[in-house]
Amino acid sequence: MKKAFGRFYLVLIFAFLYAPVLTLIVFSFNDSRSRGNWGGFTLKWYSALFRDRHVLSSLYYTLTIALLSALIATVAGTAAAIGIHNMKKILKSFVMNLTYLPVISPDIVTGISLMILFVFVRLNLGFTTLLLAHITFNIPYVILSVLPKLKQLNKHMYEAALDLGAKPLYAFFRVILPEIMPGVVTGFLLAFTLSLDDFIISFFTTGSGVSTLSITIYSMARLGINPKINALSTLMFIVVLALLLIVNKRSSANSKNGTAVMNI
Amino acid sequence: MSKHIIELVDLVKDYDGTEALKGINLYIRQNEFITFLGPSGCGKTTTLRLIGGFEKPTSGKIIFEGVDITDMPPYKRKVNTVFQKYALFPHMNVFENIAFGLRIKKTDKKVISEKVSRMLKLVNLEGFEKRSVDSLSGGQQQRVAIARALVNEPEVLLLDEPLGALDLKLRKEMQLELKRMQQQLGITFIYVTHDQEEALTMSDTIVVMQNGTIQQIGTPEDIYNEPKNAFVADFIGESNIIDGVMLRDYRVRFAGHEFDCVDKGFGINEDVDVVIRPEDIRLVPRDESPLQGTVKSVIFKGVHYEMQVDDHNGYGWIVHSTSMEPENTDVGLQISPQDIQIMKKVSAI
Amino acid sequence: MKKGWISYPYILWMIIFTIVPLLLVMYYGFTKTENGTTVLTPDNFIRVMEPTYLKVLWRSVLLALVSTVVCFIIGYPVAMILAGRDISRKSTLVLLFVIPMWMNFLLRTYAWMTLLDRKGLINTLLGALGLPQLNLLYTDFAVILGMVYNFLPFMVLPIYSVLRKIDRSLIEAAEDLGSDTVTVFRKVIFPLSLPGVVSGITMVFMPAVTTFIISKLLGGSQYMLIGNLIEDQFMRVYDWNFGSAVSIIMMLLILLSMGVMARYDKEGTGGGLF
Ligand SMILES: Nc1ncnc2c1ncn2[C@@H]1O[C@H](COP(=O)(O)OP(=O)(O)O)[C@@H](O)[C@H]1O
Ligand SMILES: [Mg+2]
Repeated sequence: MKKAFGRFYLVLIFAFLYAPVLTLIVFSFNDSRSRGNWGGFTLKWYSALFRDRHVLSSLYYTLTIALLSALIATVAGTAAAIGIHNMKKILKSFVMNLTYLPVISPDIVTGISLMILFVFVRLNLGFTTLLLAHITFNIPYVILSVLPKLKQLNKHMYEAALDLGAKPLYAFFRVILPEIMPGVVTGFLLAFTLSLDDFIISFFTTGSGVSTLSITIYSMARLGINPKINALSTLMFIVVLALLLIVNKRSSANSKNGTAVMNI
Repeated sequence: MSKHIIELVDLVKDYDGTEALKGINLYIRQNEFITFLGPSGCGKTTTLRLIGGFEKPTSGKIIFEGVDITDMPPYKRKVNTVFQKYALFPHMNVFENIAFGLRIKKTDKKVISEKVSRMLKLVNLEGFEKRSVDSLSGGQQQRVAIARALVNEPEVLLLDEPLGALDLKLRKEMQLELKRMQQQLGITFIYVTHDQEEALTMSDTIVVMQNGTIQQIGTPEDIYNEPKNAFVADFIGESNIIDGVMLRDYRVRFAGHEFDCVDKGFGINEDVDVVIRPEDIRLVPRDESPLQGTVKSVIFKGVHYEMQVDDHNGYGWIVHSTSMEPENTDVGLQISPQDIQIMKKVSAI
Repeated sequence: MKKGWISYPYILWMIIFTIVPLLLVMYYGFTKTENGTTVLTPDNFIRVMEPTYLKVLWRSVLLALVSTVVCFIIGYPVAMILAGRDISRKSTLVLLFVIPMWMNFLLRTYAWMTLLDRKGLINTLLGALGLPQLNLLYTDFAVILGMVYNFLPFMVLPIYSVLRKIDRSLIEAAEDLGSDTVTVFRKVIFPLSLPGVVSGITMVFMPAVTTFIISKLLGGSQYMLIGNLIEDQFMRVYDWNFGSAVSIIMMLLILLSMGVMARYDKEGTGGGLF
């Protein structure tokens, strides 16, 4: 009895969670422009999507920004994590607080404060500022993925390599990097995903015609309902789903105490 | 013996206010097995890390074959290290671990595989080339770590408590094996341990350390038979250490009685530490000695008995003997003058 | 490796891109520029105290609170069921629970637009059943629904992870000592799950009180929460001084609620997302 009730409740909740998402996906194949009636199966919204110059250009910017910012954040974040790992206690806690600051402060505040900074130093809002903003919010997540791997490392491993005649850079690439690689890759995927997914910070830090997919969606949605958005959502959902499944599989397979991740 | 391969000159190491080393001076001869011995935290590892080049001294110099190497990075030094927890590279197999140093020197492929095989033979791990290091037991990992260091043909091998993680039986085996390797290769081993027995069995020279200073340097026999002070005496094997007063040359008073001894050169009525090894005390019928006591406990230790004999002042003498006296027997304690060791009181300890 | 310096570029980066911007927000919040001269002034904050804006603040807090409470009421049983012993394949269920969250936040909100619209699926279904049409979109209800939908997992997951770690034997001991199910819940399970509840509440309240998208898309373009007020000041009115002041107030609100929550979570054992 109790059990049956539990199941029923769970089914209701899952219906609540999935109904909107599924409706969105199903109606991306709807021939009728209306959201209420099924007008037959079609792929026309998808083809319309791929003919929309604005959508294509924002797709291009989204991918470029995500890839570049994730790459830069991964290199910078890995270096930073190694430095932080070897820091004295006091400095370390200061830097860790600095690292958590953008993670906990509301996106809207991060967004407007970066915007103020960029305008203050007379940087034209656009591709560069967008990239800088994305790098900034990505680095902390790379650091948080790499640090646990560094903690697991035998602390004499690097010294052992030097002892055997390796110069510092060789020791890093031959010995340290292979050991922390799983954390680095997780950090990269996470940064890439977060960058793809971001709306709020991008919204405040871009300009002069440079638009990401989520910004395009927002401006389309504000004008009302548009089946092209449904098609776009479906595609984005599939991509993000695949990426996050990989990230989560990695982090649960590679480290038991690694930070499991999820985007907000 | 032969020439000095390493000299440590006034080495001081300061870690943010705590002085780990307070001025170490030491010669290390070629081909010797030298051991740093001392309680945990006395600065053994620090000394070794300075020689390896992983730390820079706060002041002082390290001389290697006559050349000042104080500021030379580790990868240029002709020493190799066996780390306490091995620090093997987990993503490489046994062969790759051992070949690591050779590959850096761009050694010929054929030479590498010959040398690695020879090393595996030396450490009794033939046929282990393709094994992943995670699949090895602690003892085997230890051997790989030794092979990985030795394959580079260092002139000096540094070992920091290399047997610390092994069980007793394996430890004993490895002690003999390490000694054998050192003699076979004819190179210098600098060994760190806090286990006095290990130090006594393996070393040519022992350096006893305490609180960042050297207490005594000598052969195992010197250290054991003629400890320079009460700390060394106590750390190297059990000792009876009792307060005494030097009455004049060759005459000391302790435990309420006066004794002849072989030491001189102390001040009249100077306070001293009197050190007497448990095996140097003979138990005799009570009337035959002025120093008397009652047997409080008897433990059989395999080869000898260990007895505690309390004297009238309540001091508990530890006595080792191959024969035993039953508990509560009143006995006399007889000590020959040459077994009474007089030491200056070291207030610093 | 004692290479602390290799993180100095990062520290510099973070100072330039997180600390300096926040200081600039402070600067704008506490100054005003008139006729080309900039003066230090509390005017921006005094303006926030005007009834119009106070009402916006109040509504933001109220809606966030209501959403938090609804999330708690709906979410706690979900967490209990997921953590319960009669559920097999737990991890799959939890994953299924998380997946909708992986859809872009905007799209999840947009999905509700299409459902709640006058010509949307819900009204079409109501019409088909011969029931009267409802004005759902652009109401408080729609905004709260959007918040609950988006943030429900943030309530469920921390509670779930704490519940899952409760030692079964504690519950059995309580039953053994004669407690009935309700008493076991009140005296054992609920108190032990409090750290999860605390982080759940924090994690729902914070994004709810700062959102401007949900209110804009589901509440309509006239709908004002603090987030919308800030967005307006920066993107339309261009009064950065006032916008910065409102942002500072929002940060204070966040810090305040974190502080309050931290008091209830003394051991700092709040469950994370997983
Ligand atoms: N990296 C370090 N930072 C600060 N203090 C240290 C460090 N390494 C060693 N010490 C201190 O130096 C002293 C000597 O340590 P160590 O050489 O490791 O002793 P041992 O190897 O003889 O046990 C100890 O008091 C230890 O706490
Ligand atoms: Mg040590």
